[in-house]
Amino acid sequence: MKKIASILALALIFGAHGASAQTLKTVKDRGILNCGANGTLAGFGLPDAQGKWTGLDVDVCRAVAAAVFNDANKVKFVPLSAKDRFTALQSGEVDVLVRNTTWTSSRDTSLGLNFTGVDYYDGQGFMVRKTLKVNSALELNGASVCVQQGTTTELNLADYFRSHNMQLKSVTFATANEAVKAYDAGRCDSYTTDASGLYAERLRLAAPDDHIILPEIISKEPLGPVVRHGDDQWFDIVKWVLFAQINAEELGITQANVDEMVKSANPEIKRFVGTEGNFGEQLGLTKDWAVRIVKLVGNYGEMFERNVGSGSPLKIDRGLNKLWNKGGIQYAPPIR
Amino acid sequence: MSIDVTGRPAPATDAFYNDPKVRSFAYQIALGVLVAVLVYGAVTNAIEHLERAHIASGFGFWDQAAGFDISQTLIFYSSQVSTYGRAFWVGLLNTLLVAGIGIVLATVLGFVVGISRLSKNWLLAKTAGGYVEIIRNIPLLLQLLFWYNAVLKALPEMRDSIVIARGAYLNNRGLFLPQPVFLHGFGVVIAAAAVAVAAAVVFTLAARRRQKHTGKRLPVAAVVLALLIGLPLVGFVLKGLPLTFNYPEVGRFNIAGGVEVLPEFAALLFGLSIYTAAFIAEVVRAGILAVSRGQIEAAYSLGLRPRPTLRLIVVPQAMRVIIPPLTSQYLNLTKNSTLAVAIGYPDLVQVFTGTVLNQTGQAVEVVAITMLVYLTISLVTSLLMNIYNRRVALVER
Repeated sequence: MKKIASILALALIFGAHGASAQTLKTVKDRGILNCGANGTLAGFGLPDAQGKWTGLDVDVCRAVAAAVFNDANKVKFVPLSAKDRFTALQSGEVDVLVRNTTWTSSRDTSLGLNFTGVDYYDGQGFMVRKTLKVNSALELNGASVCVQQGTTTELNLADYFRSHNMQLKSVTFATANEAVKAYDAGRCDSYTTDASGLYAERLRLAAPDDHIILPEIISKEPLGPVVRHGDDQWFDIVKWVLFAQINAEELGITQANVDEMVKSANPEIKRFVGTEGNFGEQLGLTKDWAVRIVKLVGNYGEMFERNVGSGSPLKIDRGLNKLWNKGGIQYAPPIR
Repeated sequence: MSIDVTGRPAPATDAFYNDPKVRSFAYQIALGVLVAVLVYGAVTNAIEHLERAHIASGFGFWDQAAGFDISQTLIFYSSQVSTYGRAFWVGLLNTLLVAGIGIVLATVLGFVVGISRLSKNWLLAKTAGGYVEIIRNIPLLLQLLFWYNAVLKALPEMRDSIVIARGAYLNNRGLFLPQPVFLHGFGVVIAAAAVAVAAAVVFTLAARRRQKHTGKRLPVAAVVLALLIGLPLVGFVLKGLPLTFNYPEVGRFNIAGGVEVLPEFAALLFGLSIYTAAFIAEVVRAGILAVSRGQIEAAYSLGLRPRPTLRLIVVPQAMRVIIPPLTSQYLNLTKNSTLAVAIGYPDLVQVFTGTVLNQTGQAVEVVAITMLVYLTISLVTSLLMNIYNRRVALVER
């Protein structure tokens, strides 16, 4: 762990100007997109037995590759731990970081990074054993809590216990994997992370049915893609790839009907598919950039259901992540 | 030995650049300039790089509130008021604690195993040999994970704690012991102990001098033991037993109060000590074998029994071979303690290069400080061992 941090720090010191502008050109010349991802979180970023990466965050990277290369597989996924992820992006090791990363003000400003949007609205929760007969997080006074280090989770945990005058015994691990294993072995009464992560990690426990997730959501965790400061074009591209997916869902454009939609007479859809205007070129991409994304990866709703929703083992309710006109808060500015 | 130079042409000139002193001086200057340029380049490059990317730099974060919790703190620390700087000291002390105790345990175990390996007892020698071969050929990280899981899996849950004695519990959350609370008047006991130590030292020196002059031996061990236990005990009783205990109490989730030994600490300490002891055992064995057989035979022929032979003849001569490689084992143990991060023990790397780095994002500063700390710890350890080495080194006449 220390070695990785040291190498990345060295890259910051001696590295050429990896953080300079022209990320798009660099990516095109390289012929592949380097994407920082979570390698161990089901539903967000996890390679399967064949080595094929799947997950919501992974699909966001694939969508960027689809827009740039017209090939959703031209992505090299770099698995990063929570504590090494920002250094990897800062030093130019990856072009974009999509690793269930919470958007906060300090990360957006002092780390030299920019968040491009929110691909999943999350919040922190607690998982406990059913045998403890705990029904609320407020009953956890004096409990041991396993937590992954280098996350907003660690701070929220301390804040929550402090603000409710409860005693906390936190046990901090470098990776979620180790934290979950220790929880499963009985080292802690509770495991805490973003609620989506709790559902994903519960599947990996020895007896998933012996554990419940408490109702309290103690924080706001908007998770989104991150790019480096200083390259506005690349920032725009990553930002609008996600907006395009959300707009596609709103316009009813799906992986299945996108070829039909290209012939649509609806002006909004015409702008989206590129038969009207030159919005793709304005981004530095091609006219059909949005069509590529939907055809190769799908719209936001499809991506959600496939990875974390009803089409996945996680079966997470869309909740806040529904479109704004369906009772959620996912909302994208229009393409025009 | 003289070198025959006949037949070679005389030096063309005796110009200054042919002077070996001048040359070596010039080479050193050149090397120094090269290093300075590299360092300057690295620093300016880093600063420029960080500024362009708008990454915060400098050490201002040191005094900012940390806001996260640490599971083992030797000094006062609270997520509420403590700063990143405080978190650094907490992590450093945790590292020093595990390294310090680990060095002592590894040394004791290593010497026992190393000497056992040379024993004439077949079973003992083979067991020691097996221990060394198995332990030093398995990666330390695996061993740590093994110990951690062994500790967690083998021990019962909190509700089924093993009760060792009144107020002493053992479970998979750790070992909980009563915490001594010193009441008014305990200072007398401490003073008595200090007097006892001083008296013991004086008595030992006097006994040694007496043995040198007269050859008569005094019962040093018994007297020293009586002094060290007796004097403080007398003070303790006279002052009316000024000591109580803060007993740990079983709560709903955890045992609160008392002294707590975390399973992470125990696993790391076990793992490091057992691993390093295997290497120390080999160092000790090599040192003892380096003492020539004739020395031992000479001792026997003078009528010394095996035990005094080992103590007076073999070990003093072996030590000068043992100390230098022993020093590197101590340094290894300290540096290996950074693997704590894998099993959740809050050492310097876990707290500082882990959480603090991530919260502040200042990789260059944090990693630089951490490297400097480990360098300092290593140099200090080296220095102490070198001083000791000079004392035991063979004085040639």
